[in-house]
Amino acid sequence: MLKNGIKETIFLEKAKRETTRVGFGEGLLLAGEKNRQVVALSADLCESTQVEKFKIRFPESYVEVGVAEQNLVGVAAGLAHLGKIPFAASYAVFSPGRTWEQIRTTICYNNQNVKIVGSHSGLTVGSDGATHQALEDIALMRVLPNMTVLSPCDYLEARRLTLLAAEWQGPTYIRLDRDKTPLITTLDTHCKIGQAETFWAPENNQKATVAILATGPIIYKALIAAKELLKGKIEVEVINFSTVKPLDETTLIRIGKNIGKVVTVENHQKAGGFGSAVSEFYSQYLPIPMEILGINDQFGQSGTAEELLEYYGLGAKDIIAAVKRILNR
Amino acid sequence: MSLPSKEQIKALKTLCTKIRIEIIQMLLAAGSGHTAGPLGSVEEFVGLYFGGSVKYDTSNPLADNRDIVVVSCGHYAPAYYAVLAYAGFFPIDKLKELRSFGSPLQGHPHRGELPGVETTSGPLGEGLSQAVGMALALKMNHKKNHVFCLMSDGEQDEGNTWEAVLLANKYHLDNLVVIIDRNNMQISGTTEKVLPLEKLADKYISFGWETMEIDGNDLKSVIYALHKAKNFKVGPVAIIAKTIPGYGVKFMENKPQWHGKAPNAREAEKAIKLLSE
Repeated sequence: MLKNGIKETIFLEKAKRETTRVGFGEGLLLAGEKNRQVVALSADLCESTQVEKFKIRFPESYVEVGVAEQNLVGVAAGLAHLGKIPFAASYAVFSPGRTWEQIRTTICYNNQNVKIVGSHSGLTVGSDGATHQALEDIALMRVLPNMTVLSPCDYLEARRLTLLAAEWQGPTYIRLDRDKTPLITTLDTHCKIGQAETFWAPENNQKATVAILATGPIIYKALIAAKELLKGKIEVEVINFSTVKPLDETTLIRIGKNIGKVVTVENHQKAGGFGSAVSEFYSQYLPIPMEILGINDQFGQSGTAEELLEYYGLGAKDIIAAVKRILNR
Repeated sequence: MSLPSKEQIKALKTLCTKIRIEIIQMLLAAGSGHTAGPLGSVEEFVGLYFGGSVKYDTSNPLADNRDIVVVSCGHYAPAYYAVLAYAGFFPIDKLKELRSFGSPLQGHPHRGELPGVETTSGPLGEGLSQAVGMALALKMNHKKNHVFCLMSDGEQDEGNTWEAVLLANKYHLDNLVVIIDRNNMQISGTTEKVLPLEKLADKYISFGWETMEIDGNDLKSVIYALHKAKNFKVGPVAIIAKTIPGYGVKFMENKPQWHGKAPNAREAEKAIKLLSE
């Protein structure tokens, strides 16, 4: 059953949807109202990254750098050096894609308090096609020392994590989506950097046989899978990892010891992504069977979000199949 | 701040020679590093830290009212470190630790390791972006301090540099002064052979910058240009400082092979003898 303030209405056909980038845009505005040191930078994508609201409210704290992503993050590092809290926003393919080395040197090694915001991540960018679908950004960012990696699962979590990121000291990456996705969390859902949260668990403290660990809006598919699996009397626990780095090891240990079988789900390459991070932990400290669901060393293509998730094996039925596979291992 | 007197300039010229000898000794001790660029840039560093235009306080390196020096060309570390030490940021004695394990004198400068080092550099073409960000932050805070940024001419190959050049013009950053060490040399040969940069001054002018061309090995010219640039009512300002790579050591001057290597004991001895004459 759903936990943590999440309501059954999320499964309704007409469940409300909104993008995580809109949540970010609102969170950024609130962060600016809370702390005047917050500044925002855009590389000619002010509207689609949702920096617009902040720009209108705080024009003097807004920097438009043009289509120049390398400069976007370098200028952000300079602003942070003098105490500003810069949010540098672009599409994830361009930043952190194109800007990786600048982020490495001028933000991570330099340890500057810059927030990199990468919108349009994952296959769900849809019709723009493979060039604009960032499937590698979690890997690129989590490999950098000093970097915190956030991947909100819905509009509200994106808004809350943006506010938390403004108060969090140090380089931070926030991964966002283009597409409208179901509103899952409520104000009653716990939200804290570095802490994973259970969204679904068996009723009456029964034991789950498989844990599904997910990051980003794709967790919705895991919740649908959990509901379906329950019909066949398969009890699972679904856990939301809104922080990919640092990984919530306390939760990983609990899951590893109590459940012992893990499926991970992400809208990202399998190599180097969230599942990869989880497996780095388990393979070293608590070896257990794992199934990693993600994109299998391929590029995306044009299509609707649903068509693409199904084609690349990230639908609810694929999660159900992975749970059944791992139960037989 | 006022311009140095004739006598002061004379004393600073002696300091330049001392710094060059220091650089040779540091590189000899380290066994690796860049020689030609640092030797050629000594007047630029001395001009910045001893010429009176850059405001700093060695007892409080992060003071709010300081001017900020961004050294974009991190491979100039030997000259940068030597001048910081002589300016009083840390003991001169530390210079012999260049590039050694556990030392704050990292192969390329790293923020937080040494007092006076404002930012990490080494990968080329990233310093100007940061300097622009700092200049913007000062403007947002209504502060009058200046940002000075030293770049090598090789860094003019980088697209990242020109992105920052465009943005500095957009925001009319009159609190930003850039010195380009125009020594015509990069690791594989002359700049004009590797990737032609001329007419470099015209490029900056057409990008909306105030531009000066000076002899970068003439200390007085460097000091005067920095004062003039700082007092310009418009900006940003680019000072294209023509220098000779390896300046002061004849057998190293204008030789690409001295870009990225350190002298051995015999070469160092010879260099120090030439510098001491």
